Amino acid sequence: MQRLLSLLCCLALLALGAVPGQAQQQSGPLRIEITEGVIEPLPFALPSFVAETAGAQDLADQISRVVAADLVGTGLFREIPQTAFISSLTSFASPVQFADWRAINAQALIAGAVALGSGGRLTVKFRLYDVFAGQEMGDGLQFDGTQEGWRRMAHKVADVVYSRITGEGPYFDSRVVFVAETGTKGERKKRLAIMDYDGFGASYLTDSATIVLAPRFSPTGDRVLYTSYETGFPRIYLLDVANVGRRELPIPAGEMAFSPRFSPDARTVVFSLTQGGNTDIWRMDLNGANPQRLTNAPSIETAPSFSPDGSQIVFESDRSGTQQLYIMPATGGEARRISFGQGRYGSPVWSPRGDLIAFTKQSKGRFHIGVMRLDGSEERLLTASFLDESPSWAPNGRVIMFTRETQGAGGMASLYSVDISGRNLKRVRTETGASDPAWSPLLP
Amino acid sequence: MTLALRTAGRAALFGTMIALAACSSPSRFGADGAGFGGAGAMQPGSASDPASPLYFQQTVGDRVLFAVDQSTLDTQSRLVLDGQANWLAANPDYTAVIEGHADEQGTREYNLALGARRANAVQEYLVARGIDANRLRVVSYGKERPLELCSDEACYAKNRRAVTVLAAGLSG
Repeated sequence: MQRLLSLLCCLALLALGAVPGQAQQQSGPLRIEITEGVIEPLPFALPSFVAETAGAQDLADQISRVVAADLVGTGLFREIPQTAFISSLTSFASPVQFADWRAINAQALIAGAVALGSGGRLTVKFRLYDVFAGQEMGDGLQFDGTQEGWRRMAHKVADVVYSRITGEGPYFDSRVVFVAETGTKGERKKRLAIMDYDGFGASYLTDSATIVLAPRFSPTGDRVLYTSYETGFPRIYLLDVANVGRRELPIPAGEMAFSPRFSPDARTVVFSLTQGGNTDIWRMDLNGANPQRLTNAPSIETAPSFSPDGSQIVFESDRSGTQQLYIMPATGGEARRISFGQGRYGSPVWSPRGDLIAFTKQSKGRFHIGVMRLDGSEERLLTASFLDESPSWAPNGRVIMFTRETQGAGGMASLYSVDISGRNLKRVRTETGASDPAWSPLLP
Repeated sequence: MTLALRTAGRAALFGTMIALAACSSPSRFGADGAGFGGAGAMQPGSASDPASPLYFQQTVGDRVLFAVDQSTLDTQSRLVLDGQANWLAANPDYTAVIEGHADEQGTREYNLALGARRANAVQEYLVARGIDANRLRVVSYGKERPLELCSDEACYAKNRRAVTVLAAGLSG
């Protein structure tokens, strides 16, 4: 088991491009092949979870599928088809025939069971096995919830498996708030919407009567700050996710307020305020008290994002003549430029782990999502297209969701995700066009 | 400076012309050509009525265009805005919202700020030409409301605009 763990941690590190050279001598069954940055996904077996009560088999099957989809969706795992199985698991308690799983080259085995109780109570339990070590990896876990919350319980199972094997933080049990888009490019209708991270369970938070932009979750995921033209002029609104109630934030006098974001303690909002055509960064309490101007320059200062400890703010400014990224103390003061490459840099977002800044880069007529360290070093462009923008971090700081818009009169925006090594680029399922994703923290 | 003198002369002539025309007062007139109707000959409110918002849109010109990433007003734009200032001076019942726009080649937040710069440049010019700042409000739509939809410079050039949208009555 120790070996599986260490090798897989190694796999995760390599996937992130962090520590080349740490791929130690690898022999035996857990061989990790790296060819031009492509990593061989780890094969796992996931027999359908056992139904422990009558009528629970459908739900058990569905939960198993969601767990598998979460893992496969990372690009780090590969599911072995059930048709290849030699053994079956008919009882959660029965001993595992490791030889049978080794024979099909399953390196991890996930065994689970589902029980339905009275009043729609749902219990999901599972065990994770290191097949080649022939033992359990961590303790078995049990989640209790309601039947309607079955997808979240599946995500929680997958989160534990993912975390134990990669050593990274979990992120499947999370949601995304975004702008759902319909209509033609010139008359686009925009509504705030929320969904699970994998695109399921979507619902609308506002109607399409007015333009809404760039929603941002509170640190606890229960509230959303966003920009709306409800009054005819851009203003900042605070929306309660549970009851969809909203209120406009009182702001200092100015033509527009936009680009809001919470501080990590949820007490403060940092935002852009335009006065006399000039846009600067301000902060204030959520109730509008203590407005404080953080930048004071004739250039455009916008897109502020707090560091996870709340002590600093990364933002974009064209004070040098082109859009670049800067970091300043969260109380304002001298800013240091961190982007120095060719092109323009915008919409910076501080990683929840604190180690990286994600950004949008425009260079030679193309848009990129990229990451860099806090001093601007190790810039890495993860994507390239006609228009990629507005990155948002997964709660574990290892995956980024962003907007990709296609060109021309039929241009349409969609959500995509990519991991911070640039691997596993994929479209996120949405029913309509979609833009400006904001990934929630891990749900409580 | 010669420009200012020339405009002053034009303003005087313009003022007497539209003093003869009746003033219609719809509450708001759509930007980007919405609501154009058939223009009858000197019908009050029609495009041939110099005091009409349609005349403002079609003859005076309700918009100015900008270079990539810029908010400076070129000579052509100043001529259009001189006409707008004259019209607004002659039609004091109207207020206006100046809408700043950007092309799609930029990030959302930056384009909002850029559109605000453009709208503000127009507002400042009109105020310098004697229009009461209280009659002019500004708003930026960033890249949210492109007028032309293609992804070429031909379209981008028309989308980098500031449009003066008339409304009746004093702004609150």
